[in-house]
Amino acid sequence: MDYEALRFIWWVLIGVLLIGFVVTDGFDMGVASLLKVIGRDNEERRIMINTVAPHWDGNQVWLITAAGALFAAWPTVYAAAFSGFYFAMMLTLFALFLRPIAFEYRSKIDNQQWRDRWDWALTTGSTVPPLIIGVAFGNLLQGVPFHFDDLLRLHYTGSFWALLNPFALLVGVFTVIMFVNHGATWLQMKTEGELLKRAENSSAILGLVAAALFTLAGIWLWLGVDGFHVVGGLDTQADSTIVGKQVEQIANGWFINYQRWPLTWLLPLIGILGFAGSALLSKMRRHALAFVASALAIAGTIVTFGLSMFPFIMPSSTQPNHSLTLWDGTASELTLLIMLVVVLIFVPLILGYTAWGYYVMRGRVSVQHIRDNSHSLY
Amino acid sequence: MDLIELSRLQFAYTAMIHFLFVPLTMGMVFILAIMESVYVMTGKQIYQDMTKFWGKLFGINFALGVTTGLAMEFQFGTNWSYYSHYVGDIFGAPLAIEALMAFFLESTLVGLFFFGWDRMTKNKHLAVTWLMALGTNLSALWILVANGWMQFPIGSEFNVDTMRMELTNFAEVVFSPVAQVKFVHTVSAGYVTAAIFVLAISSWYLLKGRDIPFARRSFAIAAVFGLASSLSVIILGDESGYEMGDVQKVKLAAIEAEWHTEPPPAAFTLIGLPNQETETTDYAIKIPAVMGLIATRSFDQPVTGLVDLKEQHRERMLNGREASSLMQQIRAGDKSPATRARFEAILDDLGYGLLLSAYAADPMNPTEAELQAAVDASIPKVWPLFWSFRIMVAAGFTMLLLFALASWHVAKRTENKPRWLLRFALFSLPLPWIACEMGWFVAEYGRQPWAIGEILPTDLAVSQLTEGDVLLTLGSIVVLYSIFVAIEMWLMVRYARKGPSSLQTGRYDLETGASQEA
Repeated sequence: MDYEALRFIWWVLIGVLLIGFVVTDGFDMGVASLLKVIGRDNEERRIMINTVAPHWDGNQVWLITAAGALFAAWPTVYAAAFSGFYFAMMLTLFALFLRPIAFEYRSKIDNQQWRDRWDWALTTGSTVPPLIIGVAFGNLLQGVPFHFDDLLRLHYTGSFWALLNPFALLVGVFTVIMFVNHGATWLQMKTEGELLKRAENSSAILGLVAAALFTLAGIWLWLGVDGFHVVGGLDTQADSTIVGKQVEQIANGWFINYQRWPLTWLLPLIGILGFAGSALLSKMRRHALAFVASALAIAGTIVTFGLSMFPFIMPSSTQPNHSLTLWDGTASELTLLIMLVVVLIFVPLILGYTAWGYYVMRGRVSVQHIRDNSHSLY
Repeated sequence: MDLIELSRLQFAYTAMIHFLFVPLTMGMVFILAIMESVYVMTGKQIYQDMTKFWGKLFGINFALGVTTGLAMEFQFGTNWSYYSHYVGDIFGAPLAIEALMAFFLESTLVGLFFFGWDRMTKNKHLAVTWLMALGTNLSALWILVANGWMQFPIGSEFNVDTMRMELTNFAEVVFSPVAQVKFVHTVSAGYVTAAIFVLAISSWYLLKGRDIPFARRSFAIAAVFGLASSLSVIILGDESGYEMGDVQKVKLAAIEAEWHTEPPPAAFTLIGLPNQETETTDYAIKIPAVMGLIATRSFDQPVTGLVDLKEQHRERMLNGREASSLMQQIRAGDKSPATRARFEAILDDLGYGLLLSAYAADPMNPTEAELQAAVDASIPKVWPLFWSFRIMVAAGFTMLLLFALASWHVAKRTENKPRWLLRFALFSLPLPWIACEMGWFVAEYGRQPWAIGEILPTDLAVSQLTEGDVLLTLGSIVVLYSIFVAIEMWLMVRYARKGPSSLQTGRYDLETGASQEA
């Protein structure tokens, strides 16, 4: 296997990890975002929390693995994205801090105020990360102000506030809606009665909103955001030297790949139809199918994003030649190869025991179950 | 404080808080697995209650371990971006493998451990608990492979075209002697921590005369598990000393305040006041020959002193300054094979060249004062290492003594354990945490001035942020962590006080009113 193929495979694998993160951790974050919205009293909220209680921790490892894989496979991207988006990353981190303790401590004390505070912590901790991740991805599409010096040290010249531009905020809001919709479809499979009805109604609306925002972001991208394009000097088999290529910014640059391979228009279509489908299927009370549609929409969205930017990962708006691409932002050939072997061995195992875990905990969570196990559940 | 000091402080703070929770997690999973195994083998309900109750305390601790662990993964990128770029090719791999091989297993099964009791057979649940323990300990393996490589970077080489270290031999990185020794030393320290935790709290119940059967069984398991673990920590700690004598000479010499190379076998300085200015240790009390034995396992090999090591560093800086200049020539486009050949020949000293460049206005022509400043900075401050190491060792031996006495009484099946022993156990509760924190301090502070041993100086590794940026995030983290730790401790004390009655099974003293106290 040559360097070019490995680099391409790793671009796919990072995408797979991101999809894994949003499809799994996305629903437990979505559930937590909905906690105060459709959970009317403590028992309902406990039901919602306990639908994800056995799973959120394992789900969150998709995020941790994605970040770890970024470090190993795209070390310079990891370095540039995490330090460039410094405050955004720190805010995400602070929000993520809240989740493990909120889940674990909420029901440790039988007191309404105590629970209420942890509910807020859980909602904040689960809503802020998708918002910021969405904003960060919105900024990637517009290019990020950074460049490298002679020693390849990264210099970021933007500010935190500049990240919060209208287009990026749109992508951020869309991302939150995508997570929340996914959470609502999960709740449809795991709850009963009134709560179930509210989850169905939530998806019936949120799925359509997500489809609309996704389309809107696409139109905005076409009309108002310049893409990046490699003009030359990029050898897909060479060492990751980063600074030797020529890149230019052109209007509609993010649509070049779709124009080159027209069949790829199916990907955004899967996204839009998936979101709309999850709304429709929720209305039809086809709970599991609604969840699948939402998951498909998530995959379609992430792949659409990746393909628009291909081969870019993190374009530089101030020094386009220093943009990071999947051909020159990667680890060495040996590291990519070893990590591929590790992934091929362990990801099937992970999928296996994760699936078993969901199977063991299958079924709906009832009020009676919460009452009977008040001291051992979240 | 400047950017580098603030960044280091943030890392040190987050790492040390993280390691308040990690060792207890690593040890508790095994104690839980042992308790549950006894339950499955004997079918006695009390052992399941023990698993569930100690599991509750484990859960309170585990949540903060996860929370503070997130910061660890993020901050290499956020605050040490040049580090991440420069060594991510090697350092990133074990972190990613940790997630794939270990953390997924641990985190997925921890959910089933807590919520799966009624959903599967006894044997399946026991398998879940053991696999969770396996995952937790495999986690430690990969983290310590990464850390071992920072201390002793092997299996890699510098690539001037990509301006970074690149992997050449993965097996060397994984089977690095430093990493392997560190792994066993660290997980054993975790087992000791959990053993003391269970022993101390059980002793408190025994002192109060509460839940005697529950507490006695917990005490017994903790005592024996702790004895085996503390022996393992100390033996592997000694092995660490031997490894250090081999590959981390500066750290060893600093820990021992060995300023001048003594005729072998070197004496061990028991206590004293190391003085960096005069390069001597005042009021030193020495034991002949012991250090030579620990560090070299021989009577005839010397342990190199700091003064001599600094002289070697001076030489390497002069070489390194040329390497650094050649590197810049090559990056500027010099394609001549002669330049490259010369560069490769002195590449090993490049790190010293980079270290010097922080101290010299013109790194190619440093003044004598600048060179001396860089040489002085090439070793860590001695007294903090000297003392933290001794505190760690003293705590370790105290715990060994405690476990030996406790195990003796368990083996004798003493009906009522002496109250002094129970008090000794109770008051030993902070010892493992003190030892763990001191141990990490020795490992990481002793690595200075290097982020990656002799390759990448710490001051070059930071992200290009402002001091205000880092001050703001450091302040926020301190506030958040303080709140979290306060809540955690409060819950932990509350649940420990309730004891097994918190399970609400109706079988324990606070519920039945059988307690002498109640």
